Amino acid sequence: MNEIIQAEHVTFEYRSEEERQLLVLDDVSLSVKKGEFLSVLGHNGSGKSTLAKHFNAILLPKSGKVLVEGMDTTDEERLFDIRQRVGMVFQNPDNQIVATIVEEDVAFALENLGVEPKEIRRRVDQALKDVEMYDFREHAPHQLSGGQKQRVAIAGILAMRPDCIVLDEPTAMLDPKGRREVLKTIRALNREHGTTVVLITHYMDEAVQSDRVVVIDHGKLLLDGTPREIFSQVELLKEVGLDVPQVTELIYELKQEGLDLPDGVLTEDECAGVLRNLLDQIKKGG
Amino acid sequence: MGLTVEHLTYQYSIGTPFQKTAVDDVSLTIDDGEIIGVIGHTGSGKSTLIQHLNGLLKPTSGRILLDGQDIFSDKSDLRAVRFQVGLVFQYPEYQLFEETVYQDIAFGPKNMGLDGDELDRRVMEAAHFAGVHDTWLQKSPFELSGGQKRRVAIAGVMAMEPKILILDEPTAGLDPHGRNKILGKIREYHEETKNTVLLVSHSMEDVANFADRVLVMNEGKVFAYDTVENVFRRSEELKAIRLSVPQITNVFHQLAEERYPVPSNVYTVPYAKKKLLELLGKGEQHA
Repeated sequence: MNEIIQAEHVTFEYRSEEERQLLVLDDVSLSVKKGEFLSVLGHNGSGKSTLAKHFNAILLPKSGKVLVEGMDTTDEERLFDIRQRVGMVFQNPDNQIVATIVEEDVAFALENLGVEPKEIRRRVDQALKDVEMYDFREHAPHQLSGGQKQRVAIAGILAMRPDCIVLDEPTAMLDPKGRREVLKTIRALNREHGTTVVLITHYMDEAVQSDRVVVIDHGKLLLDGTPREIFSQVELLKEVGLDVPQVTELIYELKQEGLDLPDGVLTEDECAGVLRNLLDQIKKGG
Repeated sequence: MGLTVEHLTYQYSIGTPFQKTAVDDVSLTIDDGEIIGVIGHTGSGKSTLIQHLNGLLKPTSGRILLDGQDIFSDKSDLRAVRFQVGLVFQYPEYQLFEETVYQDIAFGPKNMGLDGDELDRRVMEAAHFAGVHDTWLQKSPFELSGGQKRRVAIAGVMAMEPKILILDEPTAGLDPHGRNKILGKIREYHEETKNTVLLVSHSMEDVANFADRVLVMNEGKVFAYDTVENVFRRSEELKAIRLSVPQITNVFHQLAEERYPVPSNVYTVPYAKKKLLELLGKGEQHA
């Protein structure tokens, strides 16, 4: 089986205070392949977090269904299995840490699952090494920076040995350094351990680093493609309240002026390359 | 006259093994009517510094002068200082507490002793500046979305009509649309009131687009305090102190190093585009 998560025609609605039905997800079908790094973009209120919460049965679809490794998320008997396969990391690191010592926090879920103490020790050490927080194992969480806390939260999930990690804006509250640390950790997990990653983010430079990007707008799946395909559609992204990376925007803007340049430039190096060609042409012309 | 900081030093936990100098002999002047971007990585001392500017923290040594008056001298009324220097904290939406949005915005000016028409004028004007819709005013703040609540919290500080408005990461956690909305509103507020604004931000792009001058803090000291152009020109040094410069700045810096005829002080897309089109225009003429 190639898909780890399959969402089929998922619909979800909230009831507002005035008893109005608010349709948050509107017939969304999406599958996440084993081992891929998928980014989910969308403005606040687009439904992207609601979708993510369907991936480990925190929310259940109103209609349609979600399968995690073939298990239906509405099947209560499989709830434990589902949550062990798909772990979630949230935005605010302070809301996710429960213990007073880093390694105890990472061990928390394993203790609840009744894992044998020796095995807990092994898995906690490994998880802390994976996120490069092993040296801090005996620190109190309040002594850590935001990025470090978020990596401890990720270690807590890793210790359960999930096949897939869903991260809901894990870097939104971090400074640039913390963001880089967390993203580096996520990428290493994906590349070196083959963990499937679903990253919900507002940061386009993070989405650029993934294998595949989907854009959610008004509860619907608007775009689905490689970063290059998605970020070629500058106008559409701006219409739905999203940015594009500066380098992508510059090349796009120059194209609009009639210059013959490639689509979907994503990185600083690519942008510099395109501009070098452009400037060399002037020299020759001059 | 503005705000002057003289040899400000602040130390935590003096006399314990955890003693730390968070702000180290900082002197600077904030002139009236400027927008100043404040950047620095976590732990650089930027938040500690701004908490001194309205007297929330008392310096270990050094002085803060507001219009020439030491805010901690006996003669000074610290309460009055806080009305003149308004501070919007990070994630201010968690600080709303009143029954209605209107009452929440009115809380500050009411504490200043205002009432009646003047109070109403202040609430309505601040609501307008912060982008708080009329229809929200009689709602409970807890019915609003996160981004909406944040605008209410900002309005609450604006309603005191502080001469200096300080915002600590007002766009943290917002999507691009929400970010642009809040920054646009703050700019409008600045243009209409001419009041000084200090914007603490992790986003170099936002600071480049928005500020007249940039204050860069590093290890408790002022690393740079200059125009946007002059600060971002030092992109290599900024990277060395773990700050990230805008992507476009990196690209142009690189090209300039390779002796391409581009300016090295580019930090926004419109400016980059303008400069490149100028170069291309020249190229065509020669051809």
